[in-house]
Amino acid sequence: MDAKNRSSRASVARPHQEESELAGTNARKMDRRTFLAGGAAAAGATAFAGLTQDANGQGLAGQPWERTYGAGFRGYGQPSRFEQSVQRHIGRPYGDLAPGSGAALSPIERLEGIITPGSLHNDRSHSGTPDIDPKQHQLLLHGLVARPLMFSVDALSRYPMTSRIYFLECSGNSNRNLVPQPAQVPAGAIHGNIACSEWTGIPLSVLLEEAGLLPQAKWLLAEGADSAHMSRSVPIEKALDDAMIALYQNGERLRPEQGYPVRLLLPGWEGNMSVKWLRRLKATEGPTYTKDETSKYTDLLPDGKALQFTFEMGVKSVITKPSSTMTLPQPGFYEISGLAWSGGGRVRRVEVSADAGATWSDAVLYGEERPKALVRFRLLWEWKGQPAVLQSRATDEKGNVQPPRKEWQARYSPDNRFHNNSIVSWSVDADGSVKNVYA
Amino acid sequence: MFTPRRLVVAVAAALSACAAQPTSVPVKAPAFGSPVSAAEIPRWDISIPPSGAGLPAGSGDVKRGEAVYVAQCQACHGPKGVGKPADPLVGGIGSLATGKPLRTVGSYWPYATTLFDYTRRAMPISNPLSLSDDEVYAVTAYVLYLNGIIAESAEMNAQTLPQVKMPNRDGFVNVSK
Repeated sequence: MDAKNRSSRASVARPHQEESELAGTNARKMDRRTFLAGGAAAAGATAFAGLTQDANGQGLAGQPWERTYGAGFRGYGQPSRFEQSVQRHIGRPYGDLAPGSGAALSPIERLEGIITPGSLHNDRSHSGTPDIDPKQHQLLLHGLVARPLMFSVDALSRYPMTSRIYFLECSGNSNRNLVPQPAQVPAGAIHGNIACSEWTGIPLSVLLEEAGLLPQAKWLLAEGADSAHMSRSVPIEKALDDAMIALYQNGERLRPEQGYPVRLLLPGWEGNMSVKWLRRLKATEGPTYTKDETSKYTDLLPDGKALQFTFEMGVKSVITKPSSTMTLPQPGFYEISGLAWSGGGRVRRVEVSADAGATWSDAVLYGEERPKALVRFRLLWEWKGQPAVLQSRATDEKGNVQPPRKEWQARYSPDNRFHNNSIVSWSVDADGSVKNVYA
Repeated sequence: MFTPRRLVVAVAAALSACAAQPTSVPVKAPAFGSPVSAAEIPRWDISIPPSGAGLPAGSGDVKRGEAVYVAQCQACHGPKGVGKPADPLVGGIGSLATGKPLRTVGSYWPYATTLFDYTRRAMPISNPLSLSDDEVYAVTAYVLYLNGIIAESAEMNAQTLPQVKMPNRDGFVNVSK
């Protein structure tokens, strides 16, 4: 690594006191934040709120909705009608032949914070979403156990629960950026096979203890009740560590697309292993070598060999705002905001560059105390109207650093589709348009 | 990550004198699973590892497999497994180290048992779990034959299927160890 590529805290600046006074309330936040290439005055924007003239003769401020009685209650809330364009990005590689085989990617470019709404959670499914009656669904735990057990959903619901916040990322996330030309689509359509929820359920170790795991049990086959009976082999160490049998997501029962009524959750590992619609767990001596751990979810190398059982999702980050297809209306201050995560544990650091990685500044993190959860990073940036290339680079608590794109590509066959955690680049043109670029 | 339960139970035991009172730790290990009879399990257990353990009785040959394939598979996987609109099942052997690798059952899958397992659990896509075990053996034989892996006269059953050596059997690096 040469000197230019080293992180430079020297480029970090803090706002001047006068700016703080000018910018008012917002500036108090800015004081505690770092700037990316700061130094110029913040442009104060004045909002003209609610000054519609009315025919009441008094000229009192008040929009039409302030002058009519509001809507009544509804049993299940919905977003504002003005937010209906916030939708998942749906990819159906087999078209109408198999409309439920593919993925619906989270519109991360339209979201903030770290929790993904259930309705906008990424959804990778191999054979559609089953319509499961929880009164009929059962989970069988068998194989190398002393006592094979069957669990109804009601039975599972009686166990003491635990709640944790974890991300789920499909190991095929960002594979759209492996095509020769960078797609000019929103960030979520490329990098949105990631989401983060609060999950509530039962530590898997509790059920394994009840069944009496035998000493020779080294792996666990997990199988779903979808029509593909999607199945994966899980090392017993993970099953006894932080694996969860999840029943709730963000406070409500799992969404059908997320495995209703019960799913496996393997924090930090490739999403497909957190088998949805869980119907069977079988303790085994070795891996079962299912279709989705042999023909898929193996990572082809340049020499034709393939890595198998690459469970952990690598340290990664992506700037969601500004991002591809957006436009900066004029030069001035913008908040760069994005997501970072690591299957290896906690995110320790996220750096942001506006010059394609020549210099870096540390972003402010939110949520970094949680392992295997999304972290929000933010940084103020003054865009002076010149072309720029924005990048982010995450480092986790194990010292893993998100690799540059070229370095990542060199490790794999050009046909590998999985575990792309390389640095993402967005160019900002002189006209303010933001584009997806390979840098 | 989670509190070891034995410790929790031990702590709980000390508190059990007032077991009728709500407590933050379980008084005894929760156990809500129902016993399952050995006879019930085979109806559920459809996973087949490379050893072939759990393969059902029955058998199928290439000729019968071709008939099953034409009736059940060809509409999606194309004539003789060439693919389109769904994934190709044949070809690509020797292509994995090139700039345009083609990954199929023949060129990539390490175990023939996985072909039986996946076909039975997931195919045909609109009606999985509908093929008889004989039909699954037969269509497995046909796809292996199309890839030049077994002879036209071969029959697949619980003994012969696990013995099939796939071309890419040694093509994987297990990084979980």
